[in-house]
Amino acid sequence: MIIIMKKVGLIINPIAGMGGRVGLKGTDGGEILEQARLLGAIPESQNRTLISIQKLLPIKEKIELITYPEEMGENIAKKCGFQPTIIGSISKGKTTRKDTQKAAKDLLDLKIDLLLFAGGDGTARDIYDVIKDDLVTLGIPTGVKIQSAVFARNPARAGDLALSFLQKRTIRVREAEVMDIDEDSFRKGIVRAKLYGYLTIPYERAHVQSSKAGSPETENFAHQAIAEEIIENMETNYFYIVGPGTTTRAIMDKLQLANTLLGIDLIYDKKLIANDLNESKLTHYIQGKKAKLIITPIGGQGYILGRGNQQLSPDIIKKIGKDNIIVIATRNKINSLNGQPLLVDSGDREVDELLCGYIGIITGYREKSIYKVTL
Amino acid sequence: MSPVKNMKVRNFHQAKWDEPIIFELGNKGERGILLPEIEKEIEAVVGDGVSKIPKHMNREQAPFLPEISQMQVLKHYLRLSQETLGADLNVDIGQGTCTMKYSPKINEIFATSPKITELHPSQPISTVQGILEIFYKTDLFLREISGLDQFTLQPASGSQAILTMSSIIKAFHDYNGENTQRDEIITTIFSHPSDAAAPAVQGYKIIDIYPNQEGLPDIEALKEAISDRTAGLLITNPEDTGIYNPHIKEFTDMIHEVGGLCGYDQANANGILGIARAKEAGFDMCFFNLHKTFSSPHGCGGPSAGALGVKKELIKFLPVPLVCYNGSEYYFDYKVSHTIGKVRSYYGVVPAVIKAYSWIMSLGKEGLEEVSRIAVLNNNYLLKKVLEIKGTSAPYAKGHHRIEQVRYSWNKLTEETGITTEDITNRMVDFGFHMWSSHHPFIVPQPFTLEPTESYSKAEIDEYIAGLTKVAEEAYSNPEIVKNAPHRSVVHKLITDSLDDPDKWAITWRSYLKKWKNDRI
Repeated sequence: MIIIMKKVGLIINPIAGMGGRVGLKGTDGGEILEQARLLGAIPESQNRTLISIQKLLPIKEKIELITYPEEMGENIAKKCGFQPTIIGSISKGKTTRKDTQKAAKDLLDLKIDLLLFAGGDGTARDIYDVIKDDLVTLGIPTGVKIQSAVFARNPARAGDLALSFLQKRTIRVREAEVMDIDEDSFRKGIVRAKLYGYLTIPYERAHVQSSKAGSPETENFAHQAIAEEIIENMETNYFYIVGPGTTTRAIMDKLQLANTLLGIDLIYDKKLIANDLNESKLTHYIQGKKAKLIITPIGGQGYILGRGNQQLSPDIIKKIGKDNIIVIATRNKINSLNGQPLLVDSGDREVDELLCGYIGIITGYREKSIYKVTL
Repeated sequence: MSPVKNMKVRNFHQAKWDEPIIFELGNKGERGILLPEIEKEIEAVVGDGVSKIPKHMNREQAPFLPEISQMQVLKHYLRLSQETLGADLNVDIGQGTCTMKYSPKINEIFATSPKITELHPSQPISTVQGILEIFYKTDLFLREISGLDQFTLQPASGSQAILTMSSIIKAFHDYNGENTQRDEIITTIFSHPSDAAAPAVQGYKIIDIYPNQEGLPDIEALKEAISDRTAGLLITNPEDTGIYNPHIKEFTDMIHEVGGLCGYDQANANGILGIARAKEAGFDMCFFNLHKTFSSPHGCGGPSAGALGVKKELIKFLPVPLVCYNGSEYYFDYKVSHTIGKVRSYYGVVPAVIKAYSWIMSLGKEGLEEVSRIAVLNNNYLLKKVLEIKGTSAPYAKGHHRIEQVRYSWNKLTEETGITTEDITNRMVDFGFHMWSSHHPFIVPQPFTLEPTESYSKAEIDEYIAGLTKVAEEAYSNPEIVKNAPHRSVVHKLITDSLDDPDKWAITWRSYLKKWKNDRI
């Protein structure tokens, strides 16, 4: 019997997580890293990756583990008992995000079956810049900042999910958000997250919070139902501002309009006016006109404003008015909040308070939930 | 040492037969029953029995049915039964929300008596007075239990009863000339899914309310939801969290204030029989599952019945016929002025009604109340013991008693060990326990729902707790054994990915052959 070896790529961002123990918020940027080292930070990534890849030992003979040298994967793979294929080269102890991106590119070229990467949001962003949706990937959370949905909940579960995927116990994949924040602002205590894109990750019922409540298929059906509801009730004399996200994308797809997954699109009379608008262009279009805004919570924390859709400035929200804001989300997405309210952080207290209280969320065709919104 | 710690789990091992589908068994020409040739004298009088059937109604090909002897059929189904964890076999308290309880076997004998099975629903009324009396008296019992004024036993399930409530809401607003305006039904996210699905089938828009931090439906959200478009409220109480909403009267009052009707899903009535009634909670309608609360087996275990009651103002909308009594005779009343019509053929699911009637008669008023008190006691004993197991929690209503069930969480255990509720469900099978896997709406992370009802003894509850304790200990000490479970079951592990994908389903043998074998029959 011929055993087809699965190719598994492994990239460790060796400095991810170093900032956390010493009270820094991330290690993006050389100065901060040096500061972290001076404060006595030790690499967290290696041990956490070990926990994850140990889960793959039962299929050690059936996979080819391909990784970069030294602390980017080789050391921990060997420590774990693998005999990895080593590619590329690095300057030991001085790796940067360019090494992450270079490794991702090399592994992409090798047509691997699954890419495991260990790091935080910054690492996920670097991987996304290279991989887009060309590979199935999965994040092992080892960084300080973990807002992206591409990470498993912990390293052990990343290993379990990877094992399941490689054993074909689960064959499904889904798009998961790559989020990152502006670290300079974050260190000053201001949280500003941005939606960078979507990576394709394996999906298994047992490994998602709302086990059995949803799946890529049921989510897709739910998106379709929401889109149907929105389109059926569209009024002819309104501009519709369509925010970022896969839920809002379904509306544009159903209308057969070009759209930007991460940007703000504008339609009127079910026809496209413009894609990927920034604040000033959007203001220009809707000045003196009636407009409705369609938004969905971005990421896993329930923010409807202020995360991933900063183009929607407080001025624009004031102009549109609370009654013209349409929030859409699948039940699965709401349920994954575990009862936590939706959040707003537009950057303007007055606007945020205006939106607080209870809001109707469109969850399907002729279906909505009344849900709490807080600061 | 507590008794639970002494309790051991069983060394269970399920039978495994690799049993084929019945269509794969038997041989061409094999028969279970050989019918005798028609006798000439009889044929001379009644004909051959076939030629009178119009030609266009005759099928051209014989139906594709298994050709198999009686003995093989018997063995086939006996083997299949050994590959299940049925209600009569395991301690079924892990099937929370389903109100698993003992269905007395004597009631099966009543329902399968030829006195019942040989009846035909089209028989003259005078020849079916006995079964009509049972229908009528069951209606009277349920009136007492609910405080409402008239029941119909026609709906064949809880969901059909909800659909009937929804139809009555529609008929009521139609009667008042407000049907166009009132197009919204409000429910709660922890109510049963059919409370939203059934009115949606009717064309209603659905608004649902999420729970507050205490796990109760958020009354502030309800205020936001109600309007002059509200047609009604369909709600479960207690919800599947086992928490009774003490503000339920405020909910029904608020709906009435805006002109809506209130329908009560009493599928979770097992802890409140004889204690709290629909009438006092302000409901206009309610239904009971005779196949759950009233002991008739349910789901795959037996036919179901959703008994639906209304207050007197709504009797005129009930399905026809109603079973009535004029002092000397039971009869069908079709003269219901604004009836919604029939919701199923004939009058109701007779075996389910007979079993429920028998159960109520055997218990009486005090017995029904005792059922609830024991169910609640069992549940709260179980709650205390489950919370002593490492890695468990019971979200919401901390420190409060629950009614008849609790939705627990393994989230802490999952965080600490990577073992999920699905893994635990698979491992419990190794000890002969079935654990239910549907915990709608999945707000509680890593959920499991337990409902011990009044039927289970303390020893059985302790045995179940011992099973949970053992599996939780394994999750911490030997997670691989849990992760790779079940080890002693019919199949090792089910790949359930295809369950959500209609393209992968084949729900009949014929569609399986067509879809997967490219074989047309």
